[in-house]
Amino acid sequence: MGVLVFVETENGAPKGSALEAVSFGKAIADMVGGENVALVLGSMDGSGGDSLGSAGADKVLHDPNQEYDKGLIAPTSSAISQAVEASGADHVVFSKSSLSDSVAARVSIKIGASLATNLVSVPQKAGDGFQVRRSIFTGKAIENAEVSGDKVVFSIKKGAVEVQGGGGAQNPETVSYSISDSDLKANIIGSHKAEGDVLLPEADIVVSGGRGMKGPENWGMIEDLAKSLGAATGCSKPVSDMGWRPHHEHVGQTGVKVGPNLYVAVGISGAIQHLAGVNSSKVIVVINKDPEAPFFKAADYGVVGDAFEIVPKFTEALKGAN
Amino acid sequence: MNILVCISHVPDTTTKIKFSPDNKELDKQGVQFVIGPYDDFALARAVELKEQIPGSKVTALNVGKAETEPTIRKALAIGADDAIRVNAHPGDSLFVATQIHEVIKNGEYDLVMMGRETSDYNTGAVHGMVAEMLGWPGLSPVMKLEINGSSVSLQREIEGGHEDIETQLPLVAGCQEPIAEWKIPNMRGIMSARTKPLEVREPVPSDAKVKSGSYELPSERSECRMIDPENVGELVDLLKSEAKVI
Repeated sequence: MGVLVFVETENGAPKGSALEAVSFGKAIADMVGGENVALVLGSMDGSGGDSLGSAGADKVLHDPNQEYDKGLIAPTSSAISQAVEASGADHVVFSKSSLSDSVAARVSIKIGASLATNLVSVPQKAGDGFQVRRSIFTGKAIENAEVSGDKVVFSIKKGAVEVQGGGGAQNPETVSYSISDSDLKANIIGSHKAEGDVLLPEADIVVSGGRGMKGPENWGMIEDLAKSLGAATGCSKPVSDMGWRPHHEHVGQTGVKVGPNLYVAVGISGAIQHLAGVNSSKVIVVINKDPEAPFFKAADYGVVGDAFEIVPKFTEALKGAN
Repeated sequence: MNILVCISHVPDTTTKIKFSPDNKELDKQGVQFVIGPYDDFALARAVELKEQIPGSKVTALNVGKAETEPTIRKALAIGADDAIRVNAHPGDSLFVATQIHEVIKNGEYDLVMMGRETSDYNTGAVHGMVAEMLGWPGLSPVMKLEINGSSVSLQREIEGGHEDIETQLPLVAGCQEPIAEWKIPNMRGIMSARTKPLEVREPVPSDAKVKSGSYELPSERSECRMIDPENVGELVDLLKSEAKVI
């Protein structure tokens, strides 16, 4: 009985998407009975138990082994399976990420559970299983599906639930899971990560630039606008293909899919493959000099004009407003 | 070295998705089906590896009904040496992973490659399931992959960057760009694809645990409100007071 939620951290604090997963787990625990247990692997700072408890965790398990900070798929999957076994949980919750795609899959096999991915809302109990709504065709459609099985692994998309505040702070219980040699067949020999930036898949606001920016030397303008909004920066596929920006900033069908509250597209025409990566954004602003750019049809607010004039004005207006 | 590349058969990424009037199935009218875009990167890299490593062979695998054969032939035209089709509707990730696992168990593969996810159901789960069933390392999303003997050097994307990883064969890799450039089949490839072996196997029993009920399209956005470029301040006001997102 009960629910186990895997909590991913960033710089020692639970990620925003992980808090959503905890609140999702609480809703599942209310349906199936038992406790909603949050599991943190690797470094976590002191206040982690407060935010996890507030989001709805009845208990927080923490294995501080720094080996888990590497985010390796096999050891993480093993630890989660051990936690599932020890807690007797029959439902496991993940928030979708490049790590959790693989980990949720491995855990589902290890514990013999059904796997339901890309959920966009809390499911309903239906008979022995659940009625779920999940995003398919890269956000171009929604599927209503039935998931059967005594054990279910859920993976949720950003924004599937609002984080519930108000739960009591939890004092994490320290646990220790074993890592076998067979889990350590892949060795990280180098890690390259932009420090201090807002992570693109987690960001509440994203500012992206396209070919209309004319070259990588003009990205300062995008970065200034992003800074004044507290946003992450992204780009279109041609921009990453030409090497103006790194691939992990490519937003679209074959890149990062984002679902922020606000998406600002500068100099991006809005090809269907780009739209597939942004269509779960709540509000979209498009700045483009071509009034016929298809992106305007998918936007909430549009400005037709030269990005090199509009973007600095936008940044100034934001600074004035704060 | 034997490489197995698992390919999905999906609507082209430019497709405007529509459903039948009862919303029970995809409206395939006018839809062009292609090799999944991520699988296409995996296939391209597999063919490059074959060219680099003497004595290598690339087998393409698809789980699908006979309608997927043109897609499989395209994989052969791009450079796969032979192909296997497991004759079944690809029910859910577990069903597909079970079929792929069966093929690997009955073969001698050193490297299994596929896309990081399919572009229809986006589960991103099949490579992880297959790796777990085999007890092999599985890595995804892989952006670079080099083979040296039985050693593998690869680059995996992480949020906000990437990491360099060293591991050993056998391996399951979920791939994405820029692992290789997509390959466009040339005339000789297309001609030779017609005669390359395409074996059809029946599926092993496995129950899909996720069953589709109905489909729907996301709600349309309201009309775009145009802002005077001379008055960008208005945009800031609207984002604050109307949209309430800043």
